[in-house]
Amino acid sequence: MSGFHWDWAFAWSIVPALAQGVVVTVIATAGGSALAFVLGLIWTFVRVAQIRIVTPAVWFFVQFIRGTPLLIQLYFLFYVLPTWGLSVSAFATGVIGLGLFFSAYTAEIYRAGIEDLPPGQWEAALTLGLPVRRAWTGIILPQAIHAVLPMLGNIVVSMFKQTALLSTITVLELLASGMAIGQMTYRFVEPLTLVGAFYFVVSYLSARALRSLETRDEVRA
Amino acid sequence: MTSPKFLWDFLPFFLAGIPVTLEIAFLAMAVALPVAVILAIGRKSPHAFVRWPAGFVIEFFRGSSALVQLFWAFYVLPLLGLSLPPLVCGVLVLGLNEGSYMSEIVRAGLEAVPRGQREAAVALGLPARYRLFRIILPQALPLMVPPFGNELITMLKFTALVSLVTIQDLSFRATLIGDTLGESGPIFGLTIVVYFILALILSGLVRLLEWAVARWAGRHVTAVAAPHGAMLAAAPPSRVPAWALGGAG
Repeated sequence: MSGFHWDWAFAWSIVPALAQGVVVTVIATAGGSALAFVLGLIWTFVRVAQIRIVTPAVWFFVQFIRGTPLLIQLYFLFYVLPTWGLSVSAFATGVIGLGLFFSAYTAEIYRAGIEDLPPGQWEAALTLGLPVRRAWTGIILPQAIHAVLPMLGNIVVSMFKQTALLSTITVLELLASGMAIGQMTYRFVEPLTLVGAFYFVVSYLSARALRSLETRDEVRA
Repeated sequence: MTSPKFLWDFLPFFLAGIPVTLEIAFLAMAVALPVAVILAIGRKSPHAFVRWPAGFVIEFFRGSSALVQLFWAFYVLPLLGLSLPPLVCGVLVLGLNEGSYMSEIVRAGLEAVPRGQREAAVALGLPARYRLFRIILPQALPLMVPPFGNELITMLKFTALVSLVTIQDLSFRATLIGDTLGESGPIFGLTIVVYFILALILSGLVRLLEWAVARWAGRHVTAVAAPHGAMLAAAPPSRVPAWALGGAG
């Protein structure tokens, strides 16, 4: 390995390959976010409903997910899902892993949003004689979710950065693309720097946009 | 042909990763704490040439993926002529990364002390050191300890990344054992449980620390211990009215 020099021609030549990685990273973030938003809402309902055995079990599950590394959770899913007869692709495993991990955080966000609503909202719904379902879907959830949108946005930004972990379970996302180029060409400076720069630009800009809405409260693995 | 190996046979090798994982977590935390304080104070500096670099470091480490930073330090820095041993590399990246996040906690803690406290201390003619250690910190520190405790758990989880740069922590050993056995599911299941138990133990220690700091600051212990529950505490009761739960499920 020779000394360092930055080769612009080489840097340009690898951009198309990295762009393919970007597409995978973005789709993984979108899929993982969708899953985290839905699962988190389910955990929140179970939490709020106070069902015997089920609610404590979900509470423990959520604490467990929050207390352990995402990397190992991904490894576990990657090696265990097939033995359960679920032969899903590495990419799908990654999306499931991200969605599960971050659902533990979205659950807490939804709960805070619901509990921070003024009690008058509940009383008004009761006074108006709204059916329970309408009270939730028409009054409580829209306000609660609107109030926590910036925090949910922060979850998406955190997840975007964490998608780099999917490279460890053979998903060819951005970081894995950069590493593959490095291993093929024995040049690591350009690919890894571009990868880092891309993550930085996207998450810095989105975080800035979100910060104008709310203070940051990020999640890391 | 050798006799078949089982997970049980590798248990001592696996558990020997616990001190490695804890060592990295504590070393990185030892880097993160001063970094957090320096960055928090730097960011509030009246001088732009201090404020800007501090802001840059914070945004740099928070802005991109920790794993990318780790790989960059491991693969690219040697090409730039800076060859760090993997352990130093891992501890520095984790510490700087975590320190950037924790600077926010330090800032919030310092800002939570009412301005009048500092003004009163100055008006009373108290020396600077006395002001800091007797007036400001006793009020700011108890506020910072619970979020710092959460960050210690975050750091513990964070250390799993260093297994990817050849450090023989729990995760690294689990990967090796999985490869040797040809079956990785059980060992990773065990690994998750071990991390969780370590997190529980650390969160217990953090509670002790909260108690000690509260005592140092001369406060009633219950006043600070309440909001940040231990990890295994029961779910707090819901404030949703009972009638709204009837048909929702």
